[in-house]
Amino acid sequence: MREPHILLAVFLMFLVTYLPRMVPFVFLRKKIRSRFLRSLLHYVPYAVLAAMTIPDIFTSTASPLSAALGSLAALFLAWRGKSLLTVALGAVAVVFLAERVLAFL
Amino acid sequence: MTQTTRDEFTAGLRDGIPICLGYLSVSFTFGVMCTENGLPFWLAVLISMTNLTSAGQFAGTALILAGGSLAEIAVTTLVINIRYLLMSLSLAQKADPAMKTLSRLILSMGITDEVFGVGSQRPGRLTAPYLAGLVFLPYWGWALGTLAGATITSLLPAMVRSALGIAIYGMFLAILVPPARQSRPIALAVLLSGILSLLFSFLPGLRMISGGWRIILCALAAALVAALRSPLPEEPAES
Repeated sequence: MREPHILLAVFLMFLVTYLPRMVPFVFLRKKIRSRFLRSLLHYVPYAVLAAMTIPDIFTSTASPLSAALGSLAALFLAWRGKSLLTVALGAVAVVFLAERVLAFL
Repeated sequence: MTQTTRDEFTAGLRDGIPICLGYLSVSFTFGVMCTENGLPFWLAVLISMTNLTSAGQFAGTALILAGGSLAEIAVTTLVINIRYLLMSLSLAQKADPAMKTLSRLILSMGITDEVFGVGSQRPGRLTAPYLAGLVFLPYWGWALGTLAGATITSLLPAMVRSALGIAIYGMFLAILVPPARQSRPIALAVLLSGILSLLFSFLPGLRMISGGWRIILCALAAALVAALRSPLPEEPAES
């Protein structure tokens, strides 16, 4: 992407991040009544994160094998309820070690 | 500044410290990702200072790097951030009626998941000075963490940088797994969305759809199924 294009993209990202926060806070005081809409909005963030993680996590490192090992480590740590930083660094450490070992095979 | 105003602001600052610490590490990762992929460091900081959100700006930036169209970038970021409508709406009902429109315009910028979480637990009304204090440290932690991550990358050896590629996804898993363990409908939404996304990435035909739209379609479909199968309980008349 060319730079003016990137700046425009960043500005759009700002708008679509700021407006959902600002509009209700400034203009609306009423609660969303629709049970369906509340339910949909409740599940959206989880579904979005899942679609962003799979399958991209498997191509995020130098080899699919190291990525798979890192993913397993992250799943294990997340399952144990570790903090965001611990899970992220744990996955990084496993990928790092796996790639060093795989280099000898 | 009156005594109450100062007390409220200080209380907000104090409540913002743990949020700020958490943000330092996440935004550091964001900064690393940006320069790692060839963006200038100032752009990383600009994105953090104008967006102040994790998943939304990570996804938007990933699409910028992948050469996504402006429409894809805007819609993907909007879909991820649409949850803020609910949080903002909820905080609006808790906000001090005396809070001025200008304060609301500025402070609503700082409504993140964590600020919402802490702010909504605050007993009584949410005042402007409290909210200003609460947002202050997380905002600057987010900006400075990004700056540190974006400028330090070049000092790291290549093999460490390759391993860092998985950090963001590890973080996403850390966000997803605990609630999915607690709630079957959330687990359903996560699994369904992941499976759909996998199909969209590899099946011929579907594969032609670019990353941004893939995320939107899969996430909306999965959230729709979860919402229809397991709607949230009816709200009490007054909470």
